Parts: sequence; C-alpha cells; structure tokens
Amino acid sequence: MIKIGKYIEQFINWLTHNFHPFFKTIKSGVETMVDGVLWLFTCMPFYVVIAALALIAWRRAGWGVGLITALGLSLIYGMGYWMPTMETLSLILVSAFIALMIGIPLGIWAARSTMVGKVMRPLLDFMQTMPAFVYLIPAVLFFGLGKVPGVFATIIFAMPPAVRLTTLGISQVPADMVEATRSFGATRRQLLFKVELPLALPTILAGVNQTIMMSLSMVVVSAMIAAGGLGEIVLKGITQLKIGLGFEGGIAVVILAVILDRITQSFGKKKTTR
Amino acid sequence: MPKLKIEDLTLIFGRDQHTALQLLKQGKSKADILDATGCTVAVKNASFEIGKGEFFVIMGLSGSGKSSLLRCLNRLIEPSAGNVILNGTNITAMNDQQLQQVRRREISMVFQKFGLLPHRSVLENVAFGLELQRIPEKERTEKAQAVIELVGLKGYENMLPAELSGGMQQRVGLARALANDPEVLLMDEAFSALDPLIRTQMQDELLDLQEKMHKTIVFITHDLDEAIRLGDRIAIMKDGEVIQIGTPEEILTAPANDYVSSFVEKVDRKAIITASSMMDTKPTVAVFRKDGPEGSLRKMRATGLDILPAVTVDKHFLGFVYLREILECKQRGDKTIEAVIHRDVPVAYADTTVEQMLPFIAETDKPVAVVNPENNKLLGLISQTALVIETTGRQPVAANLTA
Repeated sequence: MIKIGKYIEQFINWLTHNFHPFFKTIKSGVETMVDGVLWLFTCMPFYVVIAALALIAWRRAGWGVGLITALGLSLIYGMGYWMPTMETLSLILVSAFIALMIGIPLGIWAARSTMVGKVMRPLLDFMQTMPAFVYLIPAVLFFGLGKVPGVFATIIFAMPPAVRLTTLGISQVPADMVEATRSFGATRRQLLFKVELPLALPTILAGVNQTIMMSLSMVVVSAMIAAGGLGEIVLKGITQLKIGLGFEGGIAVVILAVILDRITQSFGKKKTTR
Repeated sequence: MPKLKIEDLTLIFGRDQHTALQLLKQGKSKADILDATGCTVAVKNASFEIGKGEFFVIMGLSGSGKSSLLRCLNRLIEPSAGNVILNGTNITAMNDQQLQQVRRREISMVFQKFGLLPHRSVLENVAFGLELQRIPEKERTEKAQAVIELVGLKGYENMLPAELSGGMQQRVGLARALANDPEVLLMDEAFSALDPLIRTQMQDELLDLQEKMHKTIVFITHDLDEAIRLGDRIAIMKDGEVIQIGTPEEILTAPANDYVSSFVEKVDRKAIITASSMMDTKPTVAVFRKDGPEGSLRKMRATGLDILPAVTVDKHFLGFVYLREILECKQRGDKTIEAVIHRDVPVAYADTTVEQMLPFIAETDKPVAVVNPENNKLLGLISQTALVIETTGRQPVAANLTA
C-alpha cells in the first residue's frame, strides 16, 4: 500500500512544528484585516451601509441592480441576519483581496515564461479539482479554528481563476500590438503596464469576478471550522434539520452573491468604442 | 557614408541554426538545409546600402523573406548572422538599452495591420513613442499634435482607432512613427491592407511628405506597381535572396533574370520608361550645310530611312527632312537642305516618359527627337516603331506572333 496520506500528514505536521511563529504572524495579520473590514461595515447604522452599497450598485450596474441591492439587504436585515452577513462579506473581501494579490502576479509570470506556465497549469488543476473541504484540514492544523483558517482555505480555493484568466488575458493581446510596442523601444515593464495589462483588463476582471464568487461559496463551507457568518446558519439548519433556518441562510447567501456578481461584472465591460 | 548598411544578413528559423549556417557557407541550397537540419533559411546573405533620404523599396511575394529582413533592421527578429549598420554604428552588436534608444529615437516602424492600441485615443496613440521616452505630457502632446496635422488627422485627436477607417488608422500609424522624428522609417506593407483607391491616395501623400521630410525610408511591398511608384531604388527578393537592386527604370528595362521579367511584364511601363532608355543614341543625321541634298539622299539610301533628323555641325537639333522633299530640292538644284527642314516638331527630353510622349504618336508620323533642354543638342532618336511597341505593350505583340 502506498500511504500518500501518511506522508502528507507528516509534512503538514513538520510545517506546523517548524513554522509556528510564521503561521502565528500570518494569523494575527489576517485576523486584523478581517476584523478591520467587519468594523467598517458595523460601525455605521445598517441603513447607511445599505444606502452606500445600493448607491455603488446603481452607479456601476444601473438602477435595477441598485434596487435589488437595497431590497435584498433590507430583507436580510429584516430576517435578523445582518451581523452574520457582514461577517461573511468581510471574510469574502479579505480572502478575495489576498487571492488576487497573489493570483494576478502569478498569472502575469505564467504568461511571460512558458516554463512557469507549464508548471503552474497542473498545480492550478489540482487546486481547483480537490474537494474544497479537504483544504479545511491543514488550515485548522496551521491556524486552529476560526476565521483565519477559513480565509486560508478560501484563498487556495478561489485563486486559480485569477491566475488562469490573467494568463489568458495577457496571452490574448494581439501579437501585432506587442510587436509595435517593442518597435518603439518599450521596456518589458512598459510593455506590461501600458499595453498588456490594459488590454487584458476585461479578462482579468472576469477572473476577479470568479474569484469573488468562489470565495463566497468557500466562505460558507468554512463555517464547518467555525469561521462564522452565514455559513453557520446554514450549517445549523443542516445539523438540526431545521428547513426554515437553512433556507433563510441560503437566501441571504444568494442575495449577497447577486449583489457581488453584478457589481464586479460591471467593471469588466469593455470600452473600445463610445 | 550610407545611412543604413546591411552586410551579409542571414536569418534562419529553427533549432539547429549553427549547422544550418555552416551548410549555407558551404553553398548548400535552402531545400538541402531544410532536409538536413529542419531549419528554414528566411534571408540569405542580404547585402545593400541605403543612402540618407533615400526611398528604398524591398519587393517580393509572400514567403520571400522581405518582412523578416525588415524586422532584422531594428532587431524585432534577431538575425542569425551579418550586420546592420546605422550611421556607422553596428546595431546587431548593441545591448538591450542601446537598442531601445535606437528604436525610440532613430528607427520607427509602420505596420501592415496598423498595430494601434485600441484603448487609447488617436492623440495618445501618436504620442505613444514619446511617452515611452518619458517625455513630459505637455511636450509630447504638442509634438503629437504637430504630426497629427502633418498627416491630415486634425479633428480626429480624441477618437478611438476602432472609430476610424483603415486609411485613417494607417495615418495614425504613420503619425506615431513620425512623432519620434526618426531618421529611418521602416514600413512593412503599410498600405497593403487598404482599398486600392485609398492606397493610391496614401502613396501620393507619403511621397508629398517625403519631399518635405527627406527621411530614409525602407518600404516593404508585394506589389511591383507600388514599388515603382514609390521607390528611388528597388530590391527584389525571392526565396530569401535579394536578386536585383536598381532604380525602377533599371529593373524594368534590364530585369536580372526571368523571375524579375515575369513581374515586369505586368507593370504599366508607360509612366516609368523614359525617352533616354528607348532612344537610339547614334542616329543617322543630315548635318546642315555639310550634307546637301545629295549627301542626305546618300545617307537615306544607306539606312533605308525616308526621314532624317537635321542637325548643325555641333549637333543642335533643327528638325526633320523628308525623302520626297529632298528629291524635289535636288531637282530644283538647291545647294542646301535649309528650305525643306520641318522645324516645327515636338521634341522629348531625356526624362520624358512614354506616357508624356503618347500625344506625339497621334500628332505626327515622324520619329521623336530627344534633345538636351539647355542647349537643344540632339541626344538620340526614338523611332515611331519603338514608341508604338512600347505603348501597346510587348507581350500582346509577341503573343500574336506565336498564336
């Protein structure tokens, strides 16, 4: 018998033992971020937050989405799930932010070097196809229970689309534009920032959208390791077989998903003609 | 010193370039090298010089290596061997920074598919090269604006490329290249993507611009008509080799081989062929005062001609004399041919084109005298037959004979 599980276990244990201070620093850093964002959403009265989010939705995606945002969030408040929703939102924003901070540069790197691209692909396939729950185990071993392992598992699960779509966007930049840019004496940095990234932006933003949506699904799952938020309500519904509770939590998740999706999608709209 | 000097430039695509180069030196053919190493020889030992302010056209069909050769000049493609020398400096030996400087300041390029940035306005596209040089925004906008006016894009500054027609887009491409005020302009099939009418218009405008700017232009095309219209000199490429370099007229009148002549046949020659390349430089003439009616008749009998140009002893052209009239002259007992010289005849100069001589055919049945406009000396004579053949084209005549 080949005991891959045993080796991985040993490896994870070795990491936990030898990198304890490292994980501790990360934990306190991420905790501060999540708490900071949560504070931002809860320091104001709920109606100010609803108004602000509805305004953003209206400006970016039209009055329809603005209206849905206002009504949906009011419904959530009315059901009494305001705090868990804000917890979930802050977890999503922090996870997605970190995933993008790592994922987009990796995507650029993979686009520039075929070697890196070749190594990255199977790695990303692995990260995406591995059942999401599996990430929860090392997350708990590294960071204990709570929000931080939730964020960690979410980052791993949600990062692949950011990497993939950044690579795709950059490699789709037409060769004649890259050639023209080079012919005018552009450095590699100028080529990247003045031509490749602007032209790849719609595709990269599609990746941002997917990363945020995947973060949402994973944040809900990570309620299993006490990350809190709406997932906890859904989980309670499952474990106690309370259909009503489960659906209420589910509806809140759907509302949040619709709002996040419409707002982030609006940034990806192409602007080559007026 | 030539502006741009290309020495033994060779470009090989494929992995085993070293072996391919060795085989090439041993004189192996392209096909042999492909069989032996899997490498394609795109450009083979190209050598030529381009003078300052010269409009140099490289012409060849697709796959002839012309675009690859052009890209070697600013090293968008690295040549496998050989040198590109700009103003005495070897570009092929430069490091990345030096090469960037050359691309920013000395060599600009215009592309067949324009290569404009779709997210930038016309003004921002034109100023792009200056932006890469980190020139402050105010200055680069001023410079870009000046070039925009030069190429006739005024009023379009804030439009996006997608909102413009092909011709206008290529003006943006040209303006972007000119904004850097480069010494050398590389144009890769710059007008090939345009409609024929727009293409001709752009060619004219480019020629007008060149009158003012005197840039050194290397222009790639697959169209010999375009090459002839634009080029001071033309290099013809086939299978990676430069097979002939010359002025348009040299190429048309003395094609180096069958390949070149097969192109040349299809060209409208009337606007290119000049009197100097058609004329007989040693025509039989009646020399006024030296040759009387008797002498002139003898010359006509010897050559079988019934018309002779009459000139003075120092070769000033006077007009034509006719056999019939000289006979009358002789019967009357005149001492000279003065009375029968037809002085009111059209003349051509050395650079008069066939096209410009067309009316002569309609007006007269005489040969055309080619004279020096400054002193009216006779340079040569174009027979009526030669002119008719040239204007009707050689090919149809030959075809009728073989049919």
